[in-house]
Amino acid sequence: MRGPGFLEQLEAAVPGAVVGKNLEALDPWIEVAPERIADVCAWLARSSPVRFDSLQCITAVDWCEPDPKKAAKVAWQPHTEMVYHLWSTPARASLVVKAKLPRWQADVPGQPPEIPTVCGVWRGANWHEREVYDLSGVWFTGHPDLRRILCPEDWEGFPLRKDYEMPLDYHGIRGR
Amino acid sequence: MAHLLDDDPRIIEFDVRTDEMLVNMGPQHPSTHGVLRLVLRTDGEVVSEVEPHIGYLHRCAEKIGENITHRQFIPYTDRMDYLAAMNMNLGWALAVEKLMKYQVSEKARHLRVLIAEMNRIASHLVGMGAYGLDLGTFSPFLYAFREREKILDLFEEACGARLTYSYITVGGLTADLPTGWLQRCEAFLEQFEPIIQEYHALLTTNAIFVKRTASIGVMSRELAIDYGCSGPVLRGSGVDQDMRRDGEAIYTAMYEGYAFEVAVMKDGHYPRDHDYPAVPADAVLGDCWHRFFVRMLEVVQSMDLVRQAIDRYSACKGPLGDPVKLTEKMPAGDAYLETECPKGQMGFYIVSDGSAIPWRARARSSSFSNLAVTHELCRGCLIADVPAIVGSLDVVMGEIDR
Repeated sequence: MRGPGFLEQLEAAVPGAVVGKNLEALDPWIEVAPERIADVCAWLARSSPVRFDSLQCITAVDWCEPDPKKAAKVAWQPHTEMVYHLWSTPARASLVVKAKLPRWQADVPGQPPEIPTVCGVWRGANWHEREVYDLSGVWFTGHPDLRRILCPEDWEGFPLRKDYEMPLDYHGIRGR
Repeated sequence: MAHLLDDDPRIIEFDVRTDEMLVNMGPQHPSTHGVLRLVLRTDGEVVSEVEPHIGYLHRCAEKIGENITHRQFIPYTDRMDYLAAMNMNLGWALAVEKLMKYQVSEKARHLRVLIAEMNRIASHLVGMGAYGLDLGTFSPFLYAFREREKILDLFEEACGARLTYSYITVGGLTADLPTGWLQRCEAFLEQFEPIIQEYHALLTTNAIFVKRTASIGVMSRELAIDYGCSGPVLRGSGVDQDMRRDGEAIYTAMYEGYAFEVAVMKDGHYPRDHDYPAVPADAVLGDCWHRFFVRMLEVVQSMDLVRQAIDRYSACKGPLGDPVKLTEKMPAGDAYLETECPKGQMGFYIVSDGSAIPWRARARSSSFSNLAVTHELCRGCLIADVPAIVGSLDVVMGEIDR
């Protein structure tokens, strides 16, 4: 679907960016180094043979098990996974780009991890990144207007994190 | 100066000093299709900047999805696009089935097509009627709701609910159709078909409607693609894309054997152009009129698909098949699937750790992407055109805020 030699071309264009792949998965994906995400996306959107000209969705998946008993059994290290779903209108093909981030920047709780914005590649990324920041707490460096979009501006915490605790009070409204 | 003033209302008299003004539209403005707040920066009648504020209907559907099983999440999908809840159910059910590699029975497949396309008609009727309201005409809304009511009656018979159905579910449907339903559905289509001409007379070809929509809010192909727009908004800009034909195998397999032509303008004309009113001379591809017209064409297209589905469904022998168990475990992994909902491409992304409860449930909303483009379309338009542009995107806030 993505043509032969696709990964080799990507490697030549943005050397060292791809750190993992699974093209046999249900949705074929490549994993890139987070600091290279904007370069990779720019190549995919503008220069690759299959031009992924549309960004469908950005998701952040929080890999964290707040329960220490269960946490001892899981196979992964806690991290935040960024998932970009791309779509090519001319080729009618899709591609998933993933990137692994630490849960908190420099392991300081409350300090969102950082990843470059892809707003310069697809203008539609603006709102998607704002949503990810709002709900999952990922800071997109270079974003023109990064602020909360769904939650109120004075909301605290990032609700889609696994260790998020529902506030007990919000302007006099009882939380639970 | 006088001759200039006659031509263009946007040219401001040179000796009148004007100031920029911030105007709030919403969140309770009737023409905002729910609780959407638009902050307009205006200079007289001209809008220089529009900023949509969303989130008033945010109900944390994604967080809820991480705490309940895949089938329990179905009722929450109802409440996303509440005007096309069947299509929402279908999107989530197919995404889970994709992850489970589950295949529904042939009968369930045709019943799903039937129900989803009926809901598409109902959704487009609301879109059409409410668009009339946005532009200041009340009657089309009543005509549209009169017919939509009949579809809701049919849905009520089939599943007991009028708006939040939870009818299509993971592994099939919750129940088979009651006896006599297909005949009543056919009778409805028979009665509904000539009414579409009325809608064309009321809106599509109405001189005032054309004046209000043609060449207003023109969205280029590139802009639509760049913002990830989808559905009638994308097709209204001339992009030939419909997930029912171009989507992933699990979704296109559902429509396999069905004959339909994507409602998009190709080489200057729409498919089966002769059946419909001609494109007005003022309309340019990508404007409000075209977005509206694509929806009208899709109503007819969906009626056609419903008829085909009725034939195929009645030809199917054997049982419908039971849905999967409420606590059926999903394999570890992730799956993303986009389906063609009336408002656009609705995507569901599920990450599973191997249990019945999704690790992450993500809903990619089509209206969200479609609304994000508003500020580009409204730059430099008149205040009165803002409802016309937002209405032509046909967004539903329940889906944007989730």
